[in-house]
Amino acid sequence: MDVVELDRLQFALTISFHFIFPAVTIGLAALIAIVETLRWWTKRDLYDRLSVFLTKLFAVTFVIGVVSGIVMEFQFGTNWSRFSGFVGDILGVPLAAEGISAFFLESAFVGIVLFGRDRVGSTVRWIAGLLVFGGTTLSAFWILVANSWMQTPAGFKLVTDANGVQKVQLTDFFQAVFNPSTLPRFFHTVTACYVVGAFFLMGISAWYVLRGRGSDVTSFALRLSVVVAFLGAGGMFATGDLQTREVQANQPLKFAAMEGVCNTAKGEGLALIGMPPSQDCSSTGTYVEIPYGLSLMSDLDPNGTITGLDQQSDKSLWPPVAETFMSFHLMVGLGAAMLLLMLIGVFFLWRRSIEKHRWWLWLAVIAIPAPIIATELGWMTAEVGRQPWIVQGLMMVSAGTSPGVSATDVSVSLVAILLLYALLFFLWIYALTKEIRRGPEPGAEVASVPSPVVPVAALPATDSTDKGGR
Amino acid sequence: MQLSTVWFLIIGILFAGYAILDGFDLGAGALHLIVARTDSERRQVLNAIGPVWDGNEVWLITGAGSLFAAFPLVYGTVFSGFYLAMVLLLGSLILRAISIEFRSKETARLWRLGWDIGFSLGSTLAAFLFGVVLGNLLRGIPIDAGGVYRGGFVGLLNPFSLTTGFLTLSLAIMQGSAWLALKTEGELQARARRFVLAAVLAVAMVWIGAALVARSDARRVFDNFASPLAWVGPLLTANVLFYVFLAFRFNHNGRAFLFTSLVVAGLAATAGAALYPNLVPAVEAARSLTVDNAHSSDTSLTIMLIVALIGMPIVVAYSSFIYWKFKGKVRIDEASY
Repeated sequence: MDVVELDRLQFALTISFHFIFPAVTIGLAALIAIVETLRWWTKRDLYDRLSVFLTKLFAVTFVIGVVSGIVMEFQFGTNWSRFSGFVGDILGVPLAAEGISAFFLESAFVGIVLFGRDRVGSTVRWIAGLLVFGGTTLSAFWILVANSWMQTPAGFKLVTDANGVQKVQLTDFFQAVFNPSTLPRFFHTVTACYVVGAFFLMGISAWYVLRGRGSDVTSFALRLSVVVAFLGAGGMFATGDLQTREVQANQPLKFAAMEGVCNTAKGEGLALIGMPPSQDCSSTGTYVEIPYGLSLMSDLDPNGTITGLDQQSDKSLWPPVAETFMSFHLMVGLGAAMLLLMLIGVFFLWRRSIEKHRWWLWLAVIAIPAPIIATELGWMTAEVGRQPWIVQGLMMVSAGTSPGVSATDVSVSLVAILLLYALLFFLWIYALTKEIRRGPEPGAEVASVPSPVVPVAALPATDSTDKGGR
Repeated sequence: MQLSTVWFLIIGILFAGYAILDGFDLGAGALHLIVARTDSERRQVLNAIGPVWDGNEVWLITGAGSLFAAFPLVYGTVFSGFYLAMVLLLGSLILRAISIEFRSKETARLWRLGWDIGFSLGSTLAAFLFGVVLGNLLRGIPIDAGGVYRGGFVGLLNPFSLTTGFLTLSLAIMQGSAWLALKTEGELQARARRFVLAAVLAVAMVWIGAALVARSDARRVFDNFASPLAWVGPLLTANVLFYVFLAFRFNHNGRAFLFTSLVVAGLAATAGAALYPNLVPAVEAARSLTVDNAHSSDTSLTIMLIVALIGMPIVVAYSSFIYWKFKGKVRIDEASY
């Protein structure tokens, strides 16, 4: 492999690995914010115990997210120095803003949330929880601004510096920040993170119920996560539709590859499942399709025209067709399966029988990684579909690498990172399972410790009525 | 003042902030194995930095992000030029972070010892490598006509930069032991206090050593010291270093820690004074990256200045709030490491 391939491999590997953790923490932070608000409002012990439990899961994930995130930021300089020089005037701004406005916020208040519960009052603890949530989502916004600008650059001009090297220069901050793909990408990605968090909690709660360890906490956690996961899974299709339309408008080649459309035609069908076209379109792919579906969806007209890959005669500028097609379709398929699971879940919830359907609970446990995998597939669609550009239309990937870094250097770091990340992943799973086995603190009414007389008023009485209703 | 010079200062402040804040927790890590012997003592060390260390590390992330934004060429040249050193640095920071997080998950002795070693090794190496990178920048690096660093990894290990590596390590240890003296009690505190005095001596000696080595190995660090203004940093630092010693003699642990932090700030100012107006001095002076030839556009710098001027005071305010909430001696409870 040459150095460009190695650089790409390393970046793809590190960012795919990294994204697991922010996705989980952003999702968990949202749930913590909800539970903390309930705790602060109702003062009920149940929410306190759930919040503490969620915080523990958050903690182990957050640390790995932070350390693997530093690798991402450093890599712009270490492996992509020409890219850094080219885009620094614009991309540096969201990265610096992320640090100042968001990352400080979440890291500082995580300290309170994790270690300072008993050092601050109820209200400060609640606000700290909200700030961590706000910080994680704001963090996501700035990072997605940077990525979106690489997909659909705006608010800049091209200049040549004293050494004759081309670079971009910021002309309009708001255009650059709110470039055409920022908001669709932000809504889609952040919703995805909430789904990741909700599925996470849903699967864990389901597991407790299955293992006969159900309690007031897990019942509530199950109900909360089913509702959030259902709204989120539905939201994924709404925001996904928004984003696909944006891609069709601004990155038509990516769109053509995603949908597997080789030749521009009217009344294009919607490919559901099957083999993608070959890279040179000598074969146009074989798949089951809904006739006129794609035209209908994008133009609201069964005879609407869909522009295919043939819009660009230079085939070297086409993205890898099969990868883009497959990752996109697998993501949508997985999303549909998750939505189906949640429709059933919400139905059971409405019938108040969710804890009795063991097969559904088992599916909920198995589905924990599903939204994470779907998110990764979504990113593959977005990033592979942008190839061969590093900044769409402005800079090729091969032009962005560091001239002073050799293939040997990158091989050394790649092996080191592989080993380290394997260790990190193992530790993460290990620490999570440990926390999950331990579980949330049992409620006062089930605690086996021979406790002194508990005033009746302190018992979470409403919890037992909730359960009695089922 | 030019915008680019303002950004030279802001980035200097961010990295100095990082050096001060992560300095003491790196130092606590470097000392961890020696200063704390029993499991309970080691838990005290970890929990003395527990609630704040990841917030401290954000200063590095923000400093690097601001460098990327304000001086993209410097970011690309330094990070790619020092490739293997940077990989090693990241590895050290990751190792210590996961050691802090995972040590408490099991009680087995070997498990805890392994993470203790990881924490200490990662902290020591990181504190040392920061100094090596800084030393090379102060000394000037070989850059070719295309703006690419051509010194290799071994080229980074010159006498001056190794000395500055030991200097940053001693500084971290001085701060770390002062922090532990402030946050702990009993035998652990007594041991930490002995390390403060040893580290004050070490800082003074290595600093003088670095100046001596520089006379033959890194002449250009003295260039700016023709101006009396540049002497403010080192003279104040020397003064404050003496105050650390005094505060200690009179048992003012809080003040002693404050003074160790001021020593770091003073040396950071000294390094900044030696660099300016360069960010990356090249062996061949014309190829140096300076505040004049490496900065971003005025539009970007202005927008970021607004962001920083609004954001940083807020950051400092709530960070202080959090330090204040965790003031006093370490308490080990159910949430602790």
